[in-house]
Amino acid sequence: MLYFSKLRVFSVLIFTLIISYFTISNFTKVDDEFFSKNIKLGLDLQGGSYLLLEIDNEPVITQRLQSKVLEFKKFFKDKDIKVRNFVIEDKSIIFDVENSKIEDVKSQLDDDKSEINPYFQQYKSHQFNFENMDTSFKLEFSDYGLVLLKNSSLDQAIEIVRRRVDEVGTNEPNILKRGNDRILVELPGLDDPGRIKSLLGKTANLTFQFISSSSEESFGTEKLSFEDGSSEAIVSKRIVLSGDNLMDAKPTMNNQTNETVVSFSLDRVGAKKFGKATSNGVGKRLAIVLDGKIISAPEVREPIIGGNGQISGNFTFQSATDLALLLRSGALPAPLNIIEERTVGPDLGKDSINAGIMSLIIGFILVVAFMFYKYRFFGLIANLALISNLFLLVGILTLFEATLTLPGIAGIILTVGMAVDANVLIFERIKEELKNENNSIVAFDSGYTKSRTTILDANITTLIAAVILFFMGSGPIKGFSITLGVGILTTLFSVYFIARLITAYYVIKNKHKEKLI
Amino acid sequence: MKTIYFNKFYKSFNILSGILIIASLVFLVFKGLNFGVDFKGGTLIELRTDKSSANITKIRDSFNQMNLGDVSVKNFGNETDFVVKFEKQNSNDPKFIEEIKTKLSNSIGTVDFRRVENVGPKVSAELLRSGVIAIALSLAAMLLYIWIRFEWQFSLGAILALFHDVIITLGVFSVFSLEINLSIVAAVLTIVGYSMNDTVVIFDRVRENLRKYADIKIFELTNISINETLSRTIITSVTTLLALLSIFIFGGEILKGFSLAMILGVIFGTYSSIYIANPVLVSLKVSQRTIVKEEKNN
Repeated sequence: MLYFSKLRVFSVLIFTLIISYFTISNFTKVDDEFFSKNIKLGLDLQGGSYLLLEIDNEPVITQRLQSKVLEFKKFFKDKDIKVRNFVIEDKSIIFDVENSKIEDVKSQLDDDKSEINPYFQQYKSHQFNFENMDTSFKLEFSDYGLVLLKNSSLDQAIEIVRRRVDEVGTNEPNILKRGNDRILVELPGLDDPGRIKSLLGKTANLTFQFISSSSEESFGTEKLSFEDGSSEAIVSKRIVLSGDNLMDAKPTMNNQTNETVVSFSLDRVGAKKFGKATSNGVGKRLAIVLDGKIISAPEVREPIIGGNGQISGNFTFQSATDLALLLRSGALPAPLNIIEERTVGPDLGKDSINAGIMSLIIGFILVVAFMFYKYRFFGLIANLALISNLFLLVGILTLFEATLTLPGIAGIILTVGMAVDANVLIFERIKEELKNENNSIVAFDSGYTKSRTTILDANITTLIAAVILFFMGSGPIKGFSITLGVGILTTLFSVYFIARLITAYYVIKNKHKEKLI
Repeated sequence: MKTIYFNKFYKSFNILSGILIIASLVFLVFKGLNFGVDFKGGTLIELRTDKSSANITKIRDSFNQMNLGDVSVKNFGNETDFVVKFEKQNSNDPKFIEEIKTKLSNSIGTVDFRRVENVGPKVSAELLRSGVIAIALSLAAMLLYIWIRFEWQFSLGAILALFHDVIITLGVFSVFSLEINLSIVAAVLTIVGYSMNDTVVIFDRVRENLRKYADIKIFELTNISINETLSRTIITSVTTLLALLSIFIFGGEILKGFSLAMILGVIFGTYSSIYIANPVLVSLKVSQRTIVKEEKNN
């Protein structure tokens, strides 16, 4: 165990130096691109906001079922099959079929090549599962159909969330999928997430609908209240134009009224629709509806043909900016709920870094002093291994651009405390071996050999805990498991390559000295 | 070094451990644990006041007027720093936190919200579940590892020692109503690793000595093994405790609970490796034949 080939000494040295340089590159400016990596600080250290959003898919399911009903009606009409009594109930579609066509409908729904109920070969599942009782059919989403729906609405939502967050212009936001109905948003440096939350909390479904002339709610109308809660109005359900046709929106000043408004421009289809509707509706009031609330309902004085318009509604410059932003980024497919929020202010983050570094330095000094007191020269060897261990650990975290969190720093300090264990096991074993063995080289060699399984056992147990924590833990805790786990690997390296190398060199030189350790 | 007769006290310390475990379980069942917002849901606000104006009573009073459910206020490190926790969480309302801040500023003067955590009931239930699964999984993984590496008598000893450490550490948290949050789960898992580590070192030596000395009874043999590994046990637990104490004292309030749990765990872990793991070997009458038989089978 004490023999090292020159090549090995060389490679250990080079490896240690390169990795250590990554550590140093965190503290100095390095021009070289390869080394210019930095450890990322977690939100708990640099300050920032962590938001976990969950999509409320209920409305999407209902919407999808509604459009499916239309599809069914058309499909069966083309096939000359009479279906009636369509109802959407309890997330399923129910309808009746004439007696003679029951088998026909069944086979249409069950066919692997079905146009109306697509079959997904790889998942062995149709989009819908169906039940048939007499003339009545009941369809509901299959598990896979539901997953497919959730995934597509999540993909859409994540895109919209990204646009909205990007527009606000925060520093390197991190937006990730979580499962099939959640979105994780990390916003470094943001200490007041209020604005982002209000932007993400809005679906931003914009519609233009005429205000009805009758004062009673009827089949084609609905009662909506104004945004400011001041009054209600009966609005036609027919949607003149929706936000989908919007090309751009921005806050501007209206020169005549000196009011902040949001001006918008429409795409070609939208402009045509809008022109037609406003031509027919001169004199009527057109309600501008956002997420079921009327923002304002101005009177149409003349046809609006050019595809440009303005939305007024008692805006401040800030609220006009936000509305324009929401309209530009588009509507979310479904409402998002914020189910978890963690925000750390930048000065707390700074305090945490300082406290972390302080306790690392003190912990390190205490451990180093204790080892020197216990082992003298060999304590120095262990301490040298400990220092290179720290450099390797931080270097590897930097190389992989891992995220350092406050518990992560605690993990580094803990590594300092536990890393000496391996060297202690070896040194104690060598002491025992020296009692019965006069040749110190043999004693050192067997000290290393005999302690090896124990050291492996001891480190594997901690590694197991770290790995489980990595997979089960979230956020800051993950940071702890990473430093703990990587710390074990660098510990073994520093003990078996660096400390052993120095020990071997020293022992071979001083083999005749009494009381080596 | 002089031999210390640990084995003389096996019985008395086993009784002590038994009492501690029963007491811990009684506390865990009847008093329960003080779960933080991570596991219970709700809102946590760490705030800093400007010097003159605030004390706990005043802060509590103004929070109580806001209708936020159960409110708890605690000093957090500095005199001017406080942690407030309450049941209500409403992260969907973007003005929720802002309004609290305004109301609070009106009654106690300038406040700075240094940290806000808002955990919904669904998320907290999930976090609790994954915390429990993580601990259970780590215990199972340790069991598996030691079962592969050692004979069943050793596995039983090591696992009993593990349960001993985890239960008593949690018991202490229950007695003193210390908060259980995500970082405590991390601490418990690390304790599991450390306790196992410590036990394995002594067990390795016991097994080595079993091979060496056929005629020494296990009662003596465990004592020899404990003594031979004693200086390592002491040095490693001292360095680990030095590191942890440094976190506890200098690492800031957020890491206090975490480092305290670890400190307790290291102390109990070191103790249990000697006084739980080894007596199990003695009462199972482990001898040279135990390991020889096993090795023949392999």
